Amino acid sequence: MNFLQFSFYLFSVILIVAASLVVTVRNPVKAVLYLVLVFFSAACIWLTLEAEFLAIVLVLVYVGAVMVLFLFVVMMLDIDVARLREGFTQYLPAGLVIAGVMVAELAVVMLSGRFSLDAIPRPVGRGADYSNTRELGLVLYTDYVYAFEIAALILLVAIIAAISLTFRRRGGTKVQVIAEQLRVTKADRLRIVKMSSEITDGEKSQ
Amino acid sequence: MLEVFVEIWHSLPLVLQVGFKIAAILFPLLAMVAYYTFAERKVIGYMQLRVGPNRVGPRGWLQPIADAVKLMFKEIIIPTNAERQLFLIAPVLALAPALAAWAVIPFTDTLVLADIDASLLFVLALTSLGVYGVIIAGWASNSKYAFLGAMRSAAQIVAYEIAMGFALVGVLMAAGSLNLREIVLAQAGGFFQWYFIPLFPLFVVYLVSGVAETNRAPFDVAEGESEIVAGFHVEYSGMAFAVFFLAEYANMILISALTVIMFLGGWQPPLDMAPFTWVPGIVWFFGKLALVAFLFLWFRATFPRYRYDQIMRLGWKVFIPVTLVWIGVIGAAKFFTPFGFLFS
Repeated sequence: MNFLQFSFYLFSVILIVAASLVVTVRNPVKAVLYLVLVFFSAACIWLTLEAEFLAIVLVLVYVGAVMVLFLFVVMMLDIDVARLREGFTQYLPAGLVIAGVMVAELAVVMLSGRFSLDAIPRPVGRGADYSNTRELGLVLYTDYVYAFEIAALILLVAIIAAISLTFRRRGGTKVQVIAEQLRVTKADRLRIVKMSSEITDGEKSQ
Repeated sequence: MLEVFVEIWHSLPLVLQVGFKIAAILFPLLAMVAYYTFAERKVIGYMQLRVGPNRVGPRGWLQPIADAVKLMFKEIIIPTNAERQLFLIAPVLALAPALAAWAVIPFTDTLVLADIDASLLFVLALTSLGVYGVIIAGWASNSKYAFLGAMRSAAQIVAYEIAMGFALVGVLMAAGSLNLREIVLAQAGGFFQWYFIPLFPLFVVYLVSGVAETNRAPFDVAEGESEIVAGFHVEYSGMAFAVFFLAEYANMILISALTVIMFLGGWQPPLDMAPFTWVPGIVWFFGKLALVAFLFLWFRATFPRYRYDQIMRLGWKVFIPVTLVWIGVIGAAKFFTPFGFLFS
C-alpha cells in the first residue's frame, strides 16, 4: 500500500464515519460540524485524484461560506429533538421501503457494468506543473460557455426569486437614509451661540 | 564545512526535510506574532502620548515573553454548561488555518515551502476556515455575550470575504495566474508595475476587508468590549485565550503578507536599479510586510468603532459593487480596448 492508497482509505474512513454521525448525533450543531468534516474529507480525496481546483473550491464555497450560514441558522433555531423523534416508529416502514428501493436502483446501475473498472479508462497522471485550473477554465469558457452562463443566470434568478418571495415590508420599521446622513454638514446640526458670561444664583451666594 | 551540512540535509528523509522547513517558517512567525503585540502596545502608546510597556527587560523588550509565561501558568476555566470538546477545539480551529496558509507564501523567488499551482485559491480557502473557531467558541461557551459576538463575527466575515474574493479576482485577471509566485513575478520592474496603481480600488477594498476579516478595530464589533464584554472569547482564560490572541495576530501578519504579494510587488525592489537591487529580496518582503502591518495598528489608534449596520452597509453596498465595477473595467480594457497593458 503506497502513500496515495493509504491517504485514500484514511480520508474515506473519516468521511464515512462523519457522514453516519451527521444523521445519528443528537445535537444539530454537532451534526452540521460533522457535515463540514465530510466536505473537508471529500476535498482531500479529490486532491488525491489531482482535481486540486475542485477540491479547493469545495472547501472555499461549501465549507467556508455555505456551511457557515448553515451553522448560523442551526444555532439560532431552538430545535426540539424530542418532537422530531415523535413519529419515528410511525414513519419507519415507509422510510425503510424508500431506502430499499433506492439501494436497489443504485445496485442496478452500479452492477450494470457501465461503471466497472474496465469500462472506465484509467486517467492519465499529470506532472506537478500541469495546471488543472487553466484546463478547466478553457473548457468551461469555450466548449460549455452557453451551459455555464445559463446556469449562472438560473442561479441569479433563483436568488432574486427567493428574496422577493420572502421579503415583506413591515409597517412601522425605522430606516436610516444613509445619503442624507452623509450629506449632513456641521452647519445643519450645530449652532454656536455667542453669549456673555452669567453668574448663576448658586455662585452668587458663595 | 558547508558541503557537509548540505550533504546531511540531502540524506534526510523527505518528511524530516519538510518538517524542518515548516519549523523554519513557524518559529520565526510565532516570534513575529509575539513582538507584533509588543509593537502594537508601543505604537499605540506613542500615538496616545504614552510610553507603553517599558518595565520588563531593557526598554520593555521582554514584555511579550512575560505575557506568554503568565498566560501559560493561568488556569483554563471551562464553564459548567459549556460543550467541553468544542470549547477546547475552537481556539485550535482559529489558529490552524492562519498558520497553514503560510505553506504557500513565497518569501522570495525560490524560498517557498509549496509552490502549488492554485496557491491564491488555497490561501483564500484556508482563511475562510478561520471563522469556525470564532463561531464554535461563541456557541460552545454557552454564554449570551459570547454567542452574540460569534453571530456578529460570522455575518461580518461572510460579508467581507466576498469583497475580498472579488478583489483577488481582479489581481488574477491582471496577472493571469493563480500562483502567488507568478503574481509577484508579473509585477517585476519597479514600483510603477506593482498592482496597487492599476488596481487601486481593489487594493483599498482588500486592505480594509482584511482589517474587517481579522476582527480588528475599527471593525471589532465581534469583541466590542463596551457592548458585549469581549465577544466570542469572553469565557476563555489562560492558554486557550492566548491561542485566540495568537490567531488574531497571525491572521493580521498573513493578510499583510498577502497584500504585499498581490499589490506591493512581493520581494521586488521598488526600483530595478543598482542600490535597490543590492538589498536581498527577503528584506524588501519583510520591510513591506512591516509597513502594511503598521497600518493595522495605525487604524486601531485612529478610528472609532463602526456601528454594526454601518459595517454591513460598507461590505455589501459599497465594497462589493466597487470590486464588481473594477473587474468589469479590467475585463473591458483588456479585451475591447488597446489599453489592456495598463492592467498587466
